Amino acid sequence: MTARVTIRIQQADFDIAKEIAALTQGRTDIGAVVSFSGICRGSEGSETVAALTLEHYPEMAEAEIARHAETAMSRWPLSGLTVVHRVGRIAAGENIVLVLTASQHRQAAFQAAEFLMDYLKANAPFWKREESTAGTGWVDARHHDDAAAARWTKS
Amino acid sequence: MKVKYFAWVRERVGKTEEMVEPPASVRTVDDLMAWLARRDESYAHAFAHVKPDAMIAGAREIAFFPPMTGG
Repeated sequence: MTARVTIRIQQADFDIAKEIAALTQGRTDIGAVVSFSGICRGSEGSETVAALTLEHYPEMAEAEIARHAETAMSRWPLSGLTVVHRVGRIAAGENIVLVLTASQHRQAAFQAAEFLMDYLKANAPFWKREESTAGTGWVDARHHDDAAAARWTKS
Repeated sequence: MKVKYFAWVRERVGKTEEMVEPPASVRTVDDLMAWLARRDESYAHAFAHVKPDAMIAGAREIAFFPPMTGG
């Protein structure tokens, strides 16, 4: 069966159960689905975070996620994957991003989900602005996110 | 060509995008930044993390943005 790939960038929240159902419906060849949700954390160090506002570069964002999805499909035997990334203002406790990976066996699904998240963090053109008790400001890129993405690069 | 700005680069420049027509002597991203910076101080403040020696010949659109923080 061909792999199901869904990539969406949207303001609205997503329903994880519905997304999993869409990925697996009518198939009997899938033995594992891994789900990762990124959620707006209500604190950063000692500061309280009220919300994040996600800005993105539309023309590039979808293409860049699709490129990483293709890489994941070529590296692991996946039955399908779903990436939903929200943009706009997201309050503490709300969902930001969803990655689903489906495969016959769990190992490929676990690894591909981690790979996709590491790459999204470091290479997808999204920027977070944080509203916290320290004020409002753009979130700095983290070196450990770059390092996490780099460890998937084959030597 | 169209030039786009995102996140804090956008805020520093004060624009989302604009059409620019640099002279032929503007060949690289470095040239483009210097040319833009001569127009207004706000540009000079915005251009921190770019690959300045990348060629811009034939480019229809150039986007300036800070390191990415999605996910």
